[in-house]
Amino acid sequence: MKTDINKLGLDVKWQDMTTGTSVVHSGSSAEFSTGDWRVDTPHWLEDKCKQCLLCIPVCPDSSIPVVDGKRIDFDYDHCKGCGICAKVCPFDAIEMRKGAK
Amino acid sequence: MAIRERLSGNEAVSVAIRQINPDVMPAFPITPSTEIPQYVSSYVADGLIDTEFVPVESEHSAMSAAVGACAAGARTVTATSSAGLALMWEVLHIAASDRLPIALALVNRALSGPININADHSDGMGSRDCGWIQLYAEDNQEAYDNMVMAYRIAEHPDVLLPVMICQDGFITSHAVQNLFLLEDDVVKKFVGEYKPENYLLNAERPMAVGPYAVTNYYMEARRAMAEAMKNSAQVIADVAKEYETVSGRAYDFVEEYQTEDADYVIVIMGSATGAAKDACDKLRAEGKKVGVLKIRVFRPFPAAKLASALKNVKAIAAMDRSESFSGNSGPMAAELKAALYDAKQYPEVVSMVYGLGGRDITVEDMESIYADLEAGNFECEGLPYRYVNVRE
Repeated sequence: MKTDINKLGLDVKWQDMTTGTSVVHSGSSAEFSTGDWRVDTPHWLEDKCKQCLLCIPVCPDSSIPVVDGKRIDFDYDHCKGCGICAKVCPFDAIEMRKGAK
Repeated sequence: MAIRERLSGNEAVSVAIRQINPDVMPAFPITPSTEIPQYVSSYVADGLIDTEFVPVESEHSAMSAAVGACAAGARTVTATSSAGLALMWEVLHIAASDRLPIALALVNRALSGPININADHSDGMGSRDCGWIQLYAEDNQEAYDNMVMAYRIAEHPDVLLPVMICQDGFITSHAVQNLFLLEDDVVKKFVGEYKPENYLLNAERPMAVGPYAVTNYYMEARRAMAEAMKNSAQVIADVAKEYETVSGRAYDFVEEYQTEDADYVIVIMGSATGAAKDACDKLRAEGKKVGVLKIRVFRPFPAAKLASALKNVKAIAAMDRSESFSGNSGPMAAELKAALYDAKQYPEVVSMVYGLGGRDITVEDMESIYADLEAGNFECEGLPYRYVNVRE
C-alpha cells in the first residue's frame, strides 16, 4: 500500500499517488494553506479584547491560537475569513474588513 | 477430503461466507439474493460465526456501511441483485476508488422495467465500469469456488479492489445442484486473516480515507486504479492455481470447450453456458467443428485470452444476457469485437441478445445458432444484432 504523501505535489506522477488517495498521516491539514481562499479578513483589536475566549471554539478552522490560556493573533495561513468569530465576540474586538488582508 | 453436498447457489455462497467468517456483513434483502443474508444471519444467530450482521435500510446504506467497515479494517461482505445493485451504484465507485477489498455476492437479475425478478446480466453489466473485479459463475460449484477465492484476489497488495461474485438469479441461485465443498479448516487456511496495512481504527497511524481530489490529482488516481485492475489478472491466475491444489478444480479467465479446432464458437457467460455445451456435444458427435468459449472473468476483460482462443474461428455468436441499448450490439459482444480487432483477427461476429428477464434458452436454440453460423446466416431483424427467441 502506497502511503508516502511527500510526493503529493501538483506534479505528482500516478505511480506516486497513495493507494486510494488515502492520507496516512495526522495533522496534515496544517501543511495545506487555506488562508488564500479568504475574501474578507478578521482583525483582532487587542485593546478591546477581554480574553473571554468565546471566539476559540466557534472557529471552524482552529485558526485562533491560544498560548498560556490567552488568544493571540489569527493564524492567517488557515483562516478562511468566515466571520463567525466577529459575530460571537461580545466586545467588538474582532472586525471584519474587505479583502484578503 | 472434499465434502459432497447438494445446495442451491445461494446456499453454496452462504456456506463459503460461513467458512470465511468475515467481520461485517451489511445487507438489505432483494430477490433473488435474499437468501444469502438470510442464511448468514442464521449462522450468526446460531453462533457458527461472529460476523457483525448489519440490517440496513437500503442497498445504498448497505454499500456505504460496507465502505465504512472495510475502511475501518474489517473484512466485509454483502449481497444484492438488480435494483439493489443499481441503488448501490454511487457507492460502488467509492468502494473501488478508496481501494477497499469488499466482496459482493451478486445474484444477477433483470432491471426494471418492466419490473421483473428473473435472471439476466443487466445489473452486472450496468456496474461493469465501476472499478470492481467481476467473476461470473456457470453453476453452483463455480459460485462457491469464486466466493472462496474472492478475498485472496481483492486483498492482494497489488490489487486492493472490490470483487463481485456473480451468478444467475434463480437458475443457479435457487436450483439445487450436487457440488463439492472444502472443509472449514481448508477454507480458513486458504483465505487467511485480513491484515490491512492501514485502517481507520488503527490509533497508532491515523488516516484519512476518500479525501477530495481536485483536477490536478483525479486522473492520476484513476490511472493508479487502472494499474490495480491490470495487476489483478496475475493475482486471479495465481489464486486459481493455488485453489486448484486444494480443491482439484482448475479455473481460468475463460473456459475453452472444444474450441481447439472449432470453426464456429458461441461466446457466453453464466448459466446458459451449459445449454451451449450440450448443443456443442451433440453437434460434435455429428462431426461438426463447434465450440463454446465461456467468459468467467469479465473484469478485468480477458481480451488477449479471448483473441488467442478464437484465432482460427470462422464465425462467432457473441451472446449477451443484457441489452445496453447502444444500437449496435450487446455489451460483451462490443468488447469481444474490440479485442479481436486489436489482435487483427476478423472473423464474423454476430452479437446476440438472449435470456432477458429470465427468458429460457434451450439446447435446441443453441443448435440453431450453430446452424446459422455454419450456414452463414448472420441476419438480424431490424437491428445490427439479433434478439434470440423474441416474438415477431
